[in-house]
This record gives sequence, structure tokens and C-alpha cells, in this order.
Amino acid sequence: MARAHRDYDDIPGTYVFDADHHRKGYDLNMMCMSLNDPANRAAFAADEAAYLDNWTLTPQQRQAVLDREWLEMLRLGGNIYYTFKIAIFDGLTMQAVGGAMSGVSENEFRQMMIDGGRGNDG
Amino acid sequence: MAEVLYGVATSHVPAIGAAIDNGKEETPYWRPLFEGYEGARKWIADAQPDVIILAYNDHASAFDLDLIPTFAIGVADEFPIADEGYGPRNVPAVMGHSDLAWHLAESLILDEFDMTIVNDLPVDHGLTVPLSIMYGKPERWPAKVIPLAVNVIQYPPPTGRRCYALGRAIRRAVQSFPDGDNLKVAVFGTGGMSHQLQGERSGFVNTPFDTSYLDRLGEDPEGLIEISHTELLRDAGSEGIELVMWLIMRGALGRNVREVHRHYHVPASNTAAGLIIFEGGEALVSI
Repeated sequence: MARAHRDYDDIPGTYVFDADHHRKGYDLNMMCMSLNDPANRAAFAADEAAYLDNWTLTPQQRQAVLDREWLEMLRLGGNIYYTFKIAIFDGLTMQAVGGAMSGVSENEFRQMMIDGGRGNDG
Repeated sequence: MAEVLYGVATSHVPAIGAAIDNGKEETPYWRPLFEGYEGARKWIADAQPDVIILAYNDHASAFDLDLIPTFAIGVADEFPIADEGYGPRNVPAVMGHSDLAWHLAESLILDEFDMTIVNDLPVDHGLTVPLSIMYGKPERWPAKVIPLAVNVIQYPPPTGRRCYALGRAIRRAVQSFPDGDNLKVAVFGTGGMSHQLQGERSGFVNTPFDTSYLDRLGEDPEGLIEISHTELLRDAGSEGIELVMWLIMRGALGRNVREVHRHYHVPASNTAAGLIIFEGGEALVSI
């Protein structure tokens, strides 16, 4: 079924977590959420690929997780509050992930925020 | 009787909590933010609310994609600190006010707000960071807390209009609490201000929007409730949509309020951090 146009579709660089997005990303997000549990974090640390076998991810989602492709995870239905669980696992800050998603280094991203953040033309 | 006397709106950025937990409040990066919290901490030391009804959103901690309540109220006596992936924050457990929470749940549902009632509710940074902002690092939280979890992650969140109406219903419900014993109640609205954590547009901040929002919250909340979700996504960023929760606080204060403190600073991590405090109702009589 084709997705109906939404009036937020034209907002650049933004992945609204609506019904369509939710259905695409359900398993990916639930896998991320499982990392709230220390035992699951230990299992993920021991063997990421084997851990991911417990979840019905698409091959693309699986690869995006293994490669830490933050933007790709969003495109494949991820929600940032869920995918950030992997960043927490990696010891990354939200600024590092924000930089990775917008194509700059953590330091450049941090400086952009200190300078007042990304404006409407950013 | 009991009355909602105080309203606090504040961001709930996890990095602010981490800065407090790790003693970084005086570092050059954090100092300008925490300077603006000093007045808020002095104010709450005087105001001493007995109970805080705290509107926040859970971030994949207590709720997941299997269960997404739009409005959920915590009725337990105690709420544990959630493990968000780092291990739980080292802050005191949050003590509830079960009597008032159940009264609120019953009153709100009979007032046609279909609340989800929750006992088992681990609370995450959305709830604990505002407490840390206001109280610092006490051995136990000075107020009891009734968690009011609002879905703002799954689109669509409740509308600003609905949040404001819920706040007004909370005001009525608190007033009808039979065992009030002059209970002083504060309502917190948390999250915001403008920020976007995701996508190529991450790092988006809109200071003119935030300034206008702070200016209008006291005197023109019924103008703010007209802002659509798409306008919020566009002008406040995808996570700035959390600002609807501030309208629960504002609705709970009644028409006339006095602004007692305001602070705005960019950045706190990836976010424009705002804080504003109002007094309302009987608290206005003591001017």
C-alpha cells in the first residue's frame, strides 16, 4: 500500500516516527531496547552477530547495526531513542551520533551547538 | 484541601543529569547553564511543594513499542530508577503519593481523560533530571512525585490543546482531593525546548521560536495550543515536539500566573535548554 502524503514530509533530514516508520522498524527498535538489560549487553558484547540472530532483522538492518550506520538505521525504521541504546553501549555521546548523522566530526558538531545550533538554513 | 500552586517547565536532557552526577556543574561548558538554575533551586527551597505531578516522557525504558499509552499515571508508593543502558542513575528512588495519584486517576477518567494506570514504572532521565535540576543531589527527594508519562515518541503525541485540557482537569482533580490537608502541589512539564536528535538535521535549534514560546506561556497559553504538530516538528525540531508537555503544567495553573524565574541556554548537549517557573492560584495571594 502506498504511503499517503504527510504535511511533514518536506521537512529536510527528519524521520518522523509515524505508523509506517514504526512497522518498518519494530524488530530493530525492540532489539535496541533489549540492551537496557545488563545480561543482554554482555551477550551483545560477546558476539554481536550471534546476538542479532535472536531477532528478525532484515539483512539491511542487521548490517546497519553491525556497521553503526546511524542514519541508515533511521531510514530502515529506527527511532533515535531506541538506536541510541547501541551508542550508549559503544560509549558514544549524542553529539558523536549527531555528527555522524549530519556528516561532521563530534568536535565540529559540538562547536556548532556551542555556536547556537543548526539554524533553519543548516 | 489541596491546590496546584506552582508550575515548573524544564528541559530534561540526560547530559544535564550526567553533569550533576559527575560534579561538572562548574566546568566552563556547564557553568552558564547551571548559573541559571541557582534561582530555581532557591525558589523551590522556599516554596517546598509537598507533591510534584511530573509530566515527562519515557524513553524506551518502562514502555516499548508493544505498549504506548498516550497518558499514563503512576500510582505506586515508589518508582525505581530505570537502567537506560548505562546502569541506573545514582539518584534516590522516587517516592509516589498513592492516595493522590489514585484520586487523580479516578477523577480524570470520570472527567473523560482516559488515563492508563501504572504500578510497575521504572523512571528514566525524563523524570529524574528535572528533579536534579531543581534539587541538586539530596539524599532523598524533598517532594513526593506522581509520574505522568506522556507519549511523545510515537507520532502523533497528544495535541497541545489536549495536554492543556488535561492540565485544567488535573487542577480540578487536585482541588477535589478530600484528604488534602493543605497539600501544596506543583506540576512540572518537561522536555524541549527546540532540539532535533535525529537525521541530517540533528542539532537543529530555533532560539526565536523558544523565546516566543517562553514569552507566551504565561499570558497566551491558548495561543500556544493552536500550534500544530507539523509546525512543532518544523519550528522546534522533531524532539522539540515534547513542548506539548509544558502545556499540561500551564493548564494546571489556572488563568492568572506570576512568572518567578526564567532561564534559557544553548547548548545542553544537542538541545536548547529552557526553564520557567510560575506561581498561580492561592500562591498569588501572598504577593
